[in-house]
Amino acid sequence: MKIEILAFGIAKDIIKNRTLSLDIPAGSNVGFLKNELTSRFPDFGKLKSLAIAVNEEYQADDFNLSEKDEVVIIPPVSGG
Amino acid sequence: MIDIQLKDTTLDTQECVDFVASDSAGGTTVFIGTVRNKTKDKTVVRLEFEAYPPMAVAEMKKIAEQAKEKWNAEKICIHHRTGILDIGEIPVIIAVATPHRKAAFEACQYCIDTLKETVPIWKKEIFEDGEVWVAAHP
Repeated sequence: MKIEILAFGIAKDIIKNRTLSLDIPAGSNVGFLKNELTSRFPDFGKLKSLAIAVNEEYQADDFNLSEKDEVVIIPPVSGG
Repeated sequence: MIDIQLKDTTLDTQECVDFVASDSAGGTTVFIGTVRNKTKDKTVVRLEFEAYPPMAVAEMKKIAEQAKEKWNAEKICIHHRTGILDIGEIPVIIAVATPHRKAAFEACQYCIDTLKETVPIWKKEIFEDGEVWVAAHP
């Protein structure tokens, strides 16, 4: 399945774009996506943390993704 | 009552204080974050804030609701900036009104501490000789 991913902050610099389109096996979970991202872009592995938000909520590694989800890469936050 | 705003224009402290005013509150605390001119020994020129807006607002709302529940707060106001901020400008204001003062301090501290951990907002520090996304690396 194809998923569209949004990137913010340093994640945008790492993928050198604001969005990324990825083809991953149907039913892949968040953990798979993180591994996929880190293998394509090793700089993700150097960050203090890497989280994924799906439809505006943080999701754990065992959360299953589907094609219509809004998927966002959340690098370490630094608001305030 | 809770007021959450994410905006790209100057934040107004008085607006936050006025929002939380309540006849049943015995104390109001206000945290005002300001842009500092140095990080360690490096001179900061400005900060740039970027947010994932719908989720940033939703996460700030969750924090305010948790604090309201835990400390029995009457009203909580959290305003956060996006965009470019110069030294001395205000990226965040948190105002909390509670029946008694101790809860107002604790709830306000909880809000800012949790905001820094969970709200999808990112700040880039611009120095004279480069720039860095704050807290990105260990």
